[in-house]
Amino acid sequence: MAEIDESLVRHVATLARLKPDDAEVASMTRELTRIVGYIDCLNELDTDSVEPMAHPLALRNVFRADEVRASISAEEAVGNAPERERTFFKVPKVLDTGGGA
Amino acid sequence: MSVLTVRETASAIRGGSVTARSVVENALGVMEREDGRLRAMVCVRGDEALLAADAVDERVKRGDPVGALVGVPVVVKDNICTSGVATTCSSAILRDFVPPYDAHVVERLRAADAILLGKTNLDEFAMGSSTENSATSVTLNPWDELRVPGGSSGGSAVAVAAGMAPVALGSDTGGSIRQPAAFCGTVGLKPTYGRVSRYGLVAFGSSLDQIGPLTRTVEDAAIVLGAISGYDERDSTSADRAVPDYAAGLDRPMKGLRIGVPPECFGEGLSDTVRHSVEAALDVYRGEGAEIVEVHLPHLSYAVACYYVVATAEASSNLARYDGVHYGHRAADPEDIIDLYSRTREEGFGDEVKRRIMLGTYVLSSGYYDAYYLKALKVRALIRRDFEEAFSRVDVIASPVTPTTAFALGEKTDDPLAMYLADIYTISANLAGTCAISLPCGFDGGGGSDGGGGSGGVGLPIGLQLIGSWFEEEALLAAAHGYQLLTDHHERWPSDAA
Repeated sequence: MAEIDESLVRHVATLARLKPDDAEVASMTRELTRIVGYIDCLNELDTDSVEPMAHPLALRNVFRADEVRASISAEEAVGNAPERERTFFKVPKVLDTGGGA
Repeated sequence: MSVLTVRETASAIRGGSVTARSVVENALGVMEREDGRLRAMVCVRGDEALLAADAVDERVKRGDPVGALVGVPVVVKDNICTSGVATTCSSAILRDFVPPYDAHVVERLRAADAILLGKTNLDEFAMGSSTENSATSVTLNPWDELRVPGGSSGGSAVAVAAGMAPVALGSDTGGSIRQPAAFCGTVGLKPTYGRVSRYGLVAFGSSLDQIGPLTRTVEDAAIVLGAISGYDERDSTSADRAVPDYAAGLDRPMKGLRIGVPPECFGEGLSDTVRHSVEAALDVYRGEGAEIVEVHLPHLSYAVACYYVVATAEASSNLARYDGVHYGHRAADPEDIIDLYSRTREEGFGDEVKRRIMLGTYVLSSGYYDAYYLKALKVRALIRRDFEEAFSRVDVIASPVTPTTAFALGEKTDDPLAMYLADIYTISANLAGTCAISLPCGFDGGGGSDGGGGSGGVGLPIGLQLIGSWFEEEALLAAAHGYQLLTDHHERWPSDAA
């Protein structure tokens, strides 16, 4: 079906937040071409009248009362953070301080 | 081998004829002796296990009530969260992750007075069929150390096969309990989707994942299933249904049992040794008065393609959480937050995980969603319909677990598609959501399925798969137990192979 080339692989890598080097892009292009080529066999089947199945069980929404319950502490929640400040996860600056709203 | 089954262990400890400490010491001794070579374990918590054993012994001595798995040593796949014990998914990105809570199944094991010995190796994030995609180590098959143990629950299968513990927990997204069980000569049970809570299981394919036991006997699998099953409100896909006494329901007559055999599972690609063993197993059932019925799974040949769209799509979404912020590896000196995410993930994930994230991102991306993801969901509905049709006529479906016995280390690592295609018999149960079990039904006689190598002993184990209808674990387990009463394949040890 779709042609998988290196520019498509780079686009998908950006969407997936990966940063493959040139050699990895080349090998990924080869492998994905082969795997997607195989997956194309699904098009042999006529599924026009078939309802998609996202899930094995016929589940309904599960509701519960909106009430405060015991949970892990903030300290435990950030306990595995590679960088933190007090009970906050620390990330590089995401807002430009140079003006704007 | 002095390793007892789950039933024997719990009963001996409850009755006071052995102590939990001696059982745990023995299991740790086997690990000490065997695991330097086999590398089934990611971590061993011997001191904590001995303390827990002493506490159990104290309670038995006092005559306090104790749980169904009292003193039973258990190992747990390292993608199942254990409070205070590192849970790495055998990935560099989670190398130092220590969960602040126990998975539901671990809570249930502790409540039943089982004793956690440690965590087992897996293909990174359970993505693989050989346990070679592990950032921790390569696990060897105890029957032939030049061969893979299967995967992704390879460490769990090896731990049970080598006598390190009578039970291990694994997870099964496309065969990851049943296939290593077959390759290592153990029992492996994938319960019906929703039977066992996934709370605390690190998610791979959320509509496919299910936790289950690997044991030596079907009876043990039934005992452990009883202990870990049941409703858990923390998993919204957990089924709110009563849990039968699985172990009490095992003795059913084989006479009148209707076993469906799909010719689609016995076609091209199936090795002769596996075919003969599975057919011989059907003869055992026939001899007991079971009825062998031809059924059809016309969409089986599309299951692998369907699975690798659905599973990778779900994985790409589930693994978005590994971003270098909340836990795990974090790239040094990021330029900005996108650079932090991208380099963290590039450095932290192994090749197979990246490949699946890429494939899953692609099939969900704008312009391809309908052609791949939606199409696969429709094919999934057709596969479920095949099973509904079959189970209207039979009680269980029989097939091989794998097309061949355990393949050689390195044999398929350069060919991801070949690795995926070997999952052909197991993945449709995950797509449909039914329960299925793998149990030993023979050995390949030492030649190996490729005809080369081999040690000249009994050879490599072969697995029989029985697939049961949704939430019909009782019938499934009874059918499998009946076979084990009549055969002794499950009583062999890897030392017989030498």
